[in-house]
Amino acid sequence: MRADYILKLLEKDERLDGRKLDQFREISIEKNIIATAEGSAKVKLGKTEVIVGVKMNFGEPFPDTPDAGVLRTEAELMPMAHPDFTSGPPGEDATEIARVIDRGIRESESIDVEKLCITKGEKVWSVFVDFYPINHDGNLIDAGSLAAIVALKNTRIPELDKEGKIDREKLKNPLPVMHFPLMITVGKVGNKMIIDPTFEEEQVLDSKLSIAVTEEGKVVAMQKSGSVGLTDDDVDNMIDIAVKKSKELRKLIEDGKKTSK
Amino acid sequence: MENKKNNEKVREISIPGELIGSSKTFKTGYGTYIEGDKIFSKFVGVLQKSEEYVSVIPLSGVYVPQPNDKIIGVVEEAEKFGWILNINSAWQGFLSLSEGVDEYVDLKRINPTRYFDVGDIVYTEVKESRRGGDIQLTMKTPIARKLKGGVIIKITPSKVPRLIGKQGSMVNLIKEKTGTIIRVGQNGLVWVSGENVDKAIKAIKMIDEKSHIYGLTDEIAKLLS
Amino acid sequence: MMKTDEKMIVKGKRLDGRKPDDLRKIEMEVGVIPNADGSSKVSFGKTTAIVAVYGPRSLFPRHLQESESGIIQFKYDMATFSVDDRKRPGPSRRETEISKVARLAIEPVLFLKNYPKTTVDVFVEILQADGSTRVTAINAASLALADAGVPMRDLVVGLSGGKVDDTLILDLCGKEDNYSDADVPMAFLPNKNEITLLQMDGRLTPEETKQIIRNILHAGKEIYKKQVETLKRKYSE
Repeated sequence: MRADYILKLLEKDERLDGRKLDQFREISIEKNIIATAEGSAKVKLGKTEVIVGVKMNFGEPFPDTPDAGVLRTEAELMPMAHPDFTSGPPGEDATEIARVIDRGIRESESIDVEKLCITKGEKVWSVFVDFYPINHDGNLIDAGSLAAIVALKNTRIPELDKEGKIDREKLKNPLPVMHFPLMITVGKVGNKMIIDPTFEEEQVLDSKLSIAVTEEGKVVAMQKSGSVGLTDDDVDNMIDIAVKKSKELRKLIEDGKKTSK
Repeated sequence: MENKKNNEKVREISIPGELIGSSKTFKTGYGTYIEGDKIFSKFVGVLQKSEEYVSVIPLSGVYVPQPNDKIIGVVEEAEKFGWILNINSAWQGFLSLSEGVDEYVDLKRINPTRYFDVGDIVYTEVKESRRGGDIQLTMKTPIARKLKGGVIIKITPSKVPRLIGKQGSMVNLIKEKTGTIIRVGQNGLVWVSGENVDKAIKAIKMIDEKSHIYGLTDEIAKLLS
Repeated sequence: MMKTDEKMIVKGKRLDGRKPDDLRKIEMEVGVIPNADGSSKVSFGKTTAIVAVYGPRSLFPRHLQESESGIIQFKYDMATFSVDDRKRPGPSRRETEISKVARLAIEPVLFLKNYPKTTVDVFVEILQADGSTRVTAINAASLALADAGVPMRDLVVGLSGGKVDDTLILDLCGKEDNYSDADVPMAFLPNKNEITLLQMDGRLTPEETKQIIRNILHAGKEIYKKQVETLKRKYSE
């Protein structure tokens, strides 16, 4: 019954919370909220709240890139965030979210991983990006991507002590983050396109397309989900929306986040 | 008994484990328990203390069905001998064929879904709350009916009296000002149908969030004008 | 217990400047997770726990259901970034043990006979770990359960005590936890004379042990006051 009501409203270009179809909910970004992490951020999109923490450790490079650091993104859909979530190892949804967030950062080459080499072929910095939703009211991917890039931008690399061990009390150089991609998920229902869906709205979407756009306006990652197909016009339209909205979001962030430390 | 804070009066809030009085002095009602000859609160709630009687009305909590409760349910499954309903509690409600339908139903010829189908919304009454979480519902009461169209919104069950108001004053105010029909279930499910459903929902949500203050009626009237 | 040459107490002050009986700065809030039936966030200094409570709600699989009563399920989890050396996701043996003792610390206060076949699910996430995480989790869980409207006999207060450099202390931070001669996490019901969690490891005389317990019961009153104030604060603004 709620679903029908939501669909009826959308036909009139209206949404339950009174937003326009292409309007974000209230956004708040806080950085450096986790003292035990090398970098962190908390993002709220309306009632959706997520935290991303960045940890750095020694790691081994991939064999085909012996002088590059390693980036690894993981997501745990904690059962605290929604009554329908259960405990246990990450299922396909959690894994997909992690990989989509990762894609946006990795493919845009946002992190200059060659600066993260310690000993070529043997020892490099591993950058772990861990995503935790605290309250799920839709659009975890956009919230998570935003939190991830803000956390990375505020990450500082620990110094090594005389014996070459990591000294996390001394965080010095910022992680070399070269780009600032923003992920915008566009949802299609009937012939309407909406952004920043709430949890209930996500249940009625036919399909979603998540698109990451850098500050240069380049598209660096895409992921479609949902069971209904998209026409090429749909995709063109969604890309345009994502580019436009990422510019807007970028301006919002630069003009001063709603709450930031 | 009442703390005044700025211009908003707030009722006295009790905390689990707080000592309320002696069981030699007071009779105990909901939300309290006795150990020895002392009465304690079980909830974070509003303390009601008269000369002879104490109780605590919880400010939050999931719905626990009691006989004669008038509630809203949504049909989740249609079975051979009745229907299983979501009644917004930890247990589902069961509406038997005999309690759902007045006439005789020949199951060989008639499919029970003709009466109630999955997704149907009903205003119904709790007949019995048997041991082990077996909740029996009935439609054989004047208020019971199927509710067509409309939308359902959830509020905290303990806020329902506030939404209804003294002799229905609060909910009637909302109905008048928004041109809607509203059915309030004691289980915290509220059904709204009509013109200005969005406005009505806003008002209902405000009551859910601010039920503990006085002067709420004025705030709602302001919101709706 | 690890050994160190570093002094834990210098001129009567601990590493972070506290006196032996001082607690760290305590912050408490309820209603922080809108989807949950009840929730809270509690910090003791840097140690921070966030808790969601769902229930009483239906319990599956069926074989876990109890026909005469509801049950409580408690999951304590540490975020990967809550510790210095990133913790791998997924439950460790330590977290499994803490989930159990924390559950047993809370169970005695819940009235679950009116909720047959249901479960009250408590999910604890440690966002930052700097010692005494299990008692912080218990303080937070107690608040979240009360916030959820689950009927309770009392709130539950948690606090750790211990000994460093021959001095009895309260509310151990991470370093003190690692290098202490003894570490005593404890939880109790503030309005009854009931201790629901008591663990200890290290070396203490029987007198020291009893003294630590008395100290915890005494200092715990401050924590209880803060819990009450936090719960009431939600309804006064």
